[in-house]
Formats: sequence, C-alpha cells, structure tokens
Amino acid sequence: MSNLAILPIIIPMLAGIIVAFTNKNVALTRVLTQVFAVISLLVAAFVTYTVFTDGSIILETGDWKAPYGIILVADELSILLILTTNIIAAATAFYAPHSLTLKQETHYYYTFFFLLITGVSGAFLTGDLFNLFVFFEVLLMASYALIVLGGEKIQLRESIKYVLINLFSSMLFVTAVALLYGVLGTINMAQIAQRVAEVEQRGILTTIGILLFFVFGTKAALFPLYYWLPRPYIVPNPVVSALFGALLTKVGIYSILRVFTLIFVHKIEITHEAFIWIAGLSMIFGVIGALSTNNIKLIIAYNIIPAIGFIIMGIGIFNQEALSGSIYYLVHDMIIKCALFLLVGVIAYVAGTSDLRKMHGLIHHYPVLGWLLFISAFILAGIPPFSGFIGKLALLRGALSSEEIAITIIALLSSLLILYSVMKIFIRGFWGEKDETIEYKEKASLGLVLPIVFLLGFSVFLGIGAEFVYPAVDGIAEYLLDPQIYIDSVLKE
Amino acid sequence: MEYIILILAGILFATAIYNILQKQLLRIIIGTVLLSHGAHLVILTMGKLKRGQPPILDDSVITYTDPLPQALILTSIVISFGITSLLLVLAYRTAKENNTDNMEEMRGEANE
Repeated sequence: MSNLAILPIIIPMLAGIIVAFTNKNVALTRVLTQVFAVISLLVAAFVTYTVFTDGSIILETGDWKAPYGIILVADELSILLILTTNIIAAATAFYAPHSLTLKQETHYYYTFFFLLITGVSGAFLTGDLFNLFVFFEVLLMASYALIVLGGEKIQLRESIKYVLINLFSSMLFVTAVALLYGVLGTINMAQIAQRVAEVEQRGILTTIGILLFFVFGTKAALFPLYYWLPRPYIVPNPVVSALFGALLTKVGIYSILRVFTLIFVHKIEITHEAFIWIAGLSMIFGVIGALSTNNIKLIIAYNIIPAIGFIIMGIGIFNQEALSGSIYYLVHDMIIKCALFLLVGVIAYVAGTSDLRKMHGLIHHYPVLGWLLFISAFILAGIPPFSGFIGKLALLRGALSSEEIAITIIALLSSLLILYSVMKIFIRGFWGEKDETIEYKEKASLGLVLPIVFLLGFSVFLGIGAEFVYPAVDGIAEYLLDPQIYIDSVLKE
Repeated sequence: MEYIILILAGILFATAIYNILQKQLLRIIIGTVLLSHGAHLVILTMGKLKRGQPPILDDSVITYTDPLPQALILTSIVISFGITSLLLVLAYRTAKENNTDNMEEMRGEANE
C-alpha cells in the first residue's frame, strides 16, 4: 500500500515522457494530456481518501530504512496540496489547447507541463531536505523551459532574470543543507527535527534556519525578496502564468510551513515573530504594487504577494486556529490564482490588449466573462460565503487570540485594497460604453471558459462546503503543531 | 585542512557575488558558476576531509569516509552543470534578440 505515495510523482513523469513521443501529432498529444491529467487527478483523489482514512503513507524507496534512504511522506498536508495541484493541472490541461499557439504546443509544452507537475508533487511529498532541493530543481528546470516558450524578445529578457534569481537561491539552498548536515549529520527531515529538539536549537541552528527561510522566501516571493516576481510571471502564455502563479510560489511557502512547524520550532520568539512583520510588509507592498499598474496581468501577478503574506502570517502567529487558516488560505489561493490568471488571459485575448486604459464596455460582448471576474474578485478578497472568507476568518481569529492587533488591522485593510485592485478591472474594463471596434471572438467561448468555471466551482465549494473541509484542515493544523507525530511516523520508534 | 577549504569556499562566494553584481551578462553567469563551486566545496567539507579511506562501510574497514556528501555533491554538480548550459544558451539568445548584453538596458518599460 505504501507504494501509493509515489504515484503522484510517477504518473505525471510517465505522461510527460509519453507525450514527448507523440509530439508531432498535436491532436493526439492534446487528448493524451487531458486523459493523463484526469487519471492523475483521480489517483490523487484516491490517495487523498486513503491518507485521510488510514493515516500517513510513508514510502522508503529501495527499501532503505529511514533515516538512511530517501523517503516519501504522504501526510494529510502534502496530499491535500497534491490534490489541489492536480485539480489545477486538470483545468490547465483543458485550457491549454485553446490558448497556446501551434508552435508553442509542438515545442514540447505538454512535456514540460507534466514535468512541472512532477517536480511540484515531489517537493510536496519528499521527507528529505536534499531531495526537496532536487525536486525544486526539477520543477524549476521545467519552468525555465515554459517561461521562454515562444522565444519572444520580452520573454527572453525577463526569463534570464528569473533563471538567475532562482539559480542564486538554489545554490544558497545547497549551502544551507550542507551546513545543516555538518551540524547534525543527517538530511532526513524527521531526524533533523529530532536532533534539533535534542540540542534545543542553539544559535548556529537558528542561523541555518534563517538561511533556509531566506531561500524559501525568495522562491515564495516574500517581502523584501519579491522584486523578481511580477514581470517574469506575465510574459509567458496565460496558461503558463496560471501554473506559475498557482504552484511555484506555493511550493516555497509549503517548504516554510513544513520546516518551521517541524524543525525550527524552539526559538519562536526570534523566527516566527519576524514572520509576522514580514507578512505585514508583504501585504502592504504587494497591494501597493497591484494598485500601481494598469496592466491587468500585472495586477493579478502583484496580488500573489499579499496572499503569500496572509499564509506566512498564520505560520508566524503559530497557534492552531491561525495555522489552519494558513492551510485553508493556501489551498484557496492556489485555485483562485490559477482561475484569475486564466481569466485575465481570456480578457486580454478578447480585448486585444492588457492595458486597462484601452478597454471598456466588454460586458456588452462577454457577459459571462464579466460575471466570472466579479465572482473571482469576491473570492479573492474574502467576501462571504466564498473560500477566501473562511481562511481569513480563521487567520484573524488566530491573530486576535494571540493579541496581534497590528497585523489584524493590516490584513483587513489590505483585503479591502485587494478587492479594489481586482474590481478596478471589472469597473474600467467591463462597464462603460459599448466598444464597437471589438469583434466577438468565437474561440473565447466554451473551451477557455469551462476550465475557469471548473476552478471557481471548487472555490465556491471550499467556501460553502467549509463545514466538510474545515475540520480536516483543523486536524492538519493540530498535527503540525506536534512535530513528534511526524517524527514517530517516519522513524517508527 | 577543513578551515583552508572553508576559507577557499568563502573567497569563491565573495568573487561570485562580485561578478553577479556586474552588468555584463556573461560575467553574471561566471559568477553563478563560481557560486556553485563554493557551495560544492562547502558540502564536501561538511563530511570532514580524510585522505586514503574508502567511502564504504564494511566489517574489514575500520575508518571510512562519509559517502553521503559525495552523493550530494555529485547530484548538485550535475544539476548546476545542466542549469549553466541552459543559462548560456538563454543568455546568447537574449543578447541577440535584445541587441545588448548589459543588464541595465534590459529593465523594460512600464505597462508593456
């Protein structure tokens, strides 16, 4: 049964290899991609069900006993994120053929797409710090290929910055892992956690912890390390932007969540206190960025930063309610960011520009798009009864019970500004006089809109069905607050 | 021995960062290469440097070298090798398309 844990990694990898061979036949490749994405989603759903009923699945690869071999740990947190990843993958697999040009498709988009999913799933599942680095590289390699797909001037210019910043932080990651190995003599996360607890996290360990936070913070785009994010995220095709916005920064934040609830939990007054400040600043600066621009894609890209701020805020406050808020918000944000990126992709396509000053009156041509954007803005800002509300409510209640008043006020204000920044697209782009120069584009109809509806459906379910979902998330938060459960389940002592 | 190697790694890091902060694209790439060399030296040193001992654990071998850092370093070398070659191609194409290899001129404009 424990082999189930590797399926979310193996299936996308095999799919990526298979579609590389059918590359010449685009129609077949599309069908295969969609079939594999659905299979992967169903398998992920089955594994999720198994984990939630029978407890964590731990796979010791090659039968090397932990802590000596590489292990994969499918606990409730990882598997929940894997399921979300697969939902996003399925939606984008159906969106991609309508959005990409034929040239982009035949330049192995589908292969790199599956390899990206492989890397993301691996990063969520691994129980070994060096292996986390390797899976980071797998997903980054795929993302380097995806970001330049098409090879336009602006894409090349932005991607070189993206590659450089990620290469730099990866090398710091290796150094941090090496230092940790030098101090503790292990790279298995459970054993690291055990040994850090034994020596009560001395100064050198806190330093390494902060170095790791710097690495993950760069990948997750936290203040003050977010400067690289917005532009590279808007230059590729909308479907690639959606994958990046939904998955890449979230892997960084997952790593912070894992490392700072499992390993470095003994000097909370230094590390987690700093997280709260960083969270507040990320919210403020991210929202300012979103308000500063008239490019609809940039507005959404900047909105990633305050969302990361909300998640890190829960980790900083570090009580059960705030942590469950963080996890809920993480899942919610992955889905809604993907939907929003896909949506602005469609809007930019039908309007022929992504400059907000040049578009008006789109609602006369595309009423469905308008209302989808309207709902998305509500979901993103956290208006009840949608999913953002549940996550934010838990976060704010956690903050208030720890008497963190300042961050509560910042969070509430930035929520309002987030709502305004997306509503701006609706008001300026969709209201107003009918624009007679816009022709109705048939291509924008069903194929592009259905994946968005699919994703928004999940968001609405996360909000209205919170009664089913929240107890599970609350259970995960309780589990995260007691690292001993993870350690025991891996090392079996 | 460990201290010498660590100081060497430090020098590599310093030169790497100096090069990364330059404007010329190729210099930045050389900087990243140096950075990865520094990181690899740190990994190697963390397993303690010993000479003339096999990295295997066997009943007949009493002292042995830690094999794990060697496995890590190999993985890391392969990855940085791959990324460096990708980066070189990317830099070449970027410089050709944009007609410049100066990062200052690759800032981009507002609202494009």
